Amino acid sequence: MLSDITIGQFFPGKSVVHRMDPRMKLILIVAFIVVLFVVRNAFSFLLLTLCLGIIFAIAKIPGKAIWRGVKPILPLILFTAILNIFFVDGNTLVSFWIFRITDAGLKTAALMAIRIVLLIVGSSLLTYTTSPIALTDAIERLFKPLKVIHFPVHEMAMMMTIALRFIPTLLEETDKIMSAQKARGADLETGGILKRAKALIPILIPLFVSAFRRAEELALAMECRCYRGGEGRTRMKQLHLSTLDWISGSIVALVFVIAIIMNLFLPGTL
Amino acid sequence: MAIIKTEHLTHCYSHGTPFEKTAVKDINLEIDEGELVGVIGHTGSGKSTLIQHLNGLLKPDSGKVYIDGTDIFESKEILQKTRFKVGLVFQYPEYQLFEETVEKDIAFGPRNLGMSEDEIKAAVTHAMESVGLSDKYRHKSPFELSGGQKRRVAIAGVIAMRPKVLILDEPTAGLDPKGRDRILSLIESYHRSEKNTVLLVSHSMEDIAKYASKVLVMNQGTVFSYGTVEETFSRAEEIEKIGLSVPQVTKLFDMLSKSGYEINEHVYDLDRAEKLLMQLISQKGGKRRAE
Amino acid sequence: MDKLIQFQHVSFEYTGDEEGKASVPVLHHVDLAIRQGEFVAVLGHNGSGKSTLAKHINAILRPTDGVVYVEGIDTSDDEMVFEIRQRVGMVFQNPDNQLVATVVEEDVAFGLENLGIAPAEIRRRVDGALHDVGMYDFREHAPHQLSGGQKQRVAIAGIIAMNPKCIVLDEPTAMLDPRGRQEVLKTIRRLNQEHGTTVVFITHFMDEAVSADRVIVVDDGKILMDSTPQEVFRHVEKLKAVGLDVPQVTELAYKLRKNGIPISDDILTVPDFVQAFQKIMEA
Repeated sequence: MLSDITIGQFFPGKSVVHRMDPRMKLILIVAFIVVLFVVRNAFSFLLLTLCLGIIFAIAKIPGKAIWRGVKPILPLILFTAILNIFFVDGNTLVSFWIFRITDAGLKTAALMAIRIVLLIVGSSLLTYTTSPIALTDAIERLFKPLKVIHFPVHEMAMMMTIALRFIPTLLEETDKIMSAQKARGADLETGGILKRAKALIPILIPLFVSAFRRAEELALAMECRCYRGGEGRTRMKQLHLSTLDWISGSIVALVFVIAIIMNLFLPGTL
Repeated sequence: MAIIKTEHLTHCYSHGTPFEKTAVKDINLEIDEGELVGVIGHTGSGKSTLIQHLNGLLKPDSGKVYIDGTDIFESKEILQKTRFKVGLVFQYPEYQLFEETVEKDIAFGPRNLGMSEDEIKAAVTHAMESVGLSDKYRHKSPFELSGGQKRRVAIAGVIAMRPKVLILDEPTAGLDPKGRDRILSLIESYHRSEKNTVLLVSHSMEDIAKYASKVLVMNQGTVFSYGTVEETFSRAEEIEKIGLSVPQVTKLFDMLSKSGYEINEHVYDLDRAEKLLMQLISQKGGKRRAE
Repeated sequence: MDKLIQFQHVSFEYTGDEEGKASVPVLHHVDLAIRQGEFVAVLGHNGSGKSTLAKHINAILRPTDGVVYVEGIDTSDDEMVFEIRQRVGMVFQNPDNQLVATVVEEDVAFGLENLGIAPAEIRRRVDGALHDVGMYDFREHAPHQLSGGQKQRVAIAGIIAMNPKCIVLDEPTAMLDPRGRQEVLKTIRRLNQEHGTTVVFITHFMDEAVSADRVIVVDDGKILMDSTPQEVFRHVEKLKAVGLDVPQVTELAYKLRKNGIPISDDILTVPDFVQAFQKIMEA
């Protein structure tokens, strides 16, 4: 059933990582990505990997979940690695037919692979430990300054919330419509691409009609509850940067600084 | 011969996850051809799961489903045929309408069935008549119709496949009394003229008492009872114990008999109730005259 | 000044701004007053104008002619829209399409957040409202994990958290199963009795109107009847003529009366009937 699909990759928990302010987590992840693309040193990467590993352990995220995040992008990693291996210039190590493998090529391939894997694993740490709603909240608050340039921060956040709210409802609805059309003999499983695309029409039209009807009703319900945009709105749940956030934030920041220093002074540049 | 037969039908949702839930277990049921069966039960009693097995939309985890004596999961061809033999109208079926015109929408099922254009045309006409839609609606957009009309178009879409068994899941949900009576009486006259089997899922005991010949009561994934209306409502107390209601007149006669009036039958419809009460009153009058 | 809501000669028509549609009159010269604390059931078939009537109470719709006052405020006053909506909350038919947030308690807080209330106060009122509708234990659930009746109770909590004077419920039970209907009805009755909240309950289930203080029957955009349930359900034939039902016992009593039996004509429940019947038998 479609409704079995879990939305977002959130693993509910009570660990320190879960309890951290989502804004702090978001900032740290951005910093992590920057560091990832600044450093080229093997030891720096080792340190960052170690750091990620420890945080995953604290958050009690199963290893399987990490693998699940990386698996879908493996072909991409492989592809970029192959391109790098064969097409980056440097000192030739091996050559056959029109191909030659260089030391620089190997290094670049390794560098890119490490960066992509760490990037994915790092950001999945964020989505695994932060509920989508907390994340939306953090984005809204962090981007608040952008209001000055008339960027619709509140509206974007509201849209995200409503999308999250209605995804399960619409999935369930899709399920229902599919069953209903199957009961009228609709064949959704066989035939070529064109036939299958055509078979989707009886599903998609009712789904759109219903989505618009829902949107209309929801808008009315929101108006009835005095919604008038972000102006003058308060929030029940305030985000607080606690001592815990500052301490854990500082520790991680320190790791980043060390990684950069290692990158500057240690040999082993990729 | 039974047109619908299930043997040890069991179905679980979300197999192998912490959310695993047995929806129906060990259902053994035989429904004879030509019955109008009222199906009642709470949300989650398994009635929706059960009816989706009868046309093969859901596959049992164990057990068998026979329609007209054939195991419907025997082969893909039989399964596909079953979809047309057993027509299923879902709750709020008007939300599945998608075509530009009423005619095209009703023709969707017959077309999937592979009928010829002439046959399709005849089937659409017959289906529209069955649900009381006059010919002027044929070329209208289904989206321009009223709620009750849309629903009748959707029901016509299933009737047009000329099923031997018609199953309707709460066809009156959300309609007002007038719309409800309209749909129910249309279903009844369709049943009478086609002489086919109809299963009607409903929350209204009054409606079931009025229209059904047999009643299937589902409770917690099993068959609580299957029998005539009279047999079913003779177990009024047990039915109320599982949290379902009985028609108000049934309750009334229960209470009257508890108050000492001599009532020797189970009453579930108004006409019968009226007759019995008039009898009681005239007996009293008779007695008094005798005194 | 105990008239919380007042309709004075209200008419309404949908103007033909949608293409190809002429203006459609929906309400015709409606006069109506609802007092603080009343439980009013509004009955009518689909298209009778009952929903349109309801939408006038919190300024979603404004009269084409006549005036609607909420606590003396004219609903046509643009400046006062939010004042009015704070006083009159509205619950709709489809429980899925009125919950905004992904978590129950966040949804209940939605209206209060819109009003700009301080966070601590929101928390207090959200918890209170969730207790009032019996959904406190579900405060961290996602809406799609709840039953229809539970979703409707969350929607009600979202309204009562705003401390309205009046709740208008537009067929809140139409899409629910009997259990869900019971839940919602019980919740609403309790709010009316314990908090004195005025309730305008729109429905076409007559059994839900039986327990109201007052029943208003709307037909063709006019108020056809406006009285106690006993008085309204006495008119069995009139109600049937406008596409409405009466309770089975009421109809049975009506049939007996037609047969010349002098059974009373204000029977709404089974015990009512038994009592009246005993009187007949003992006479």
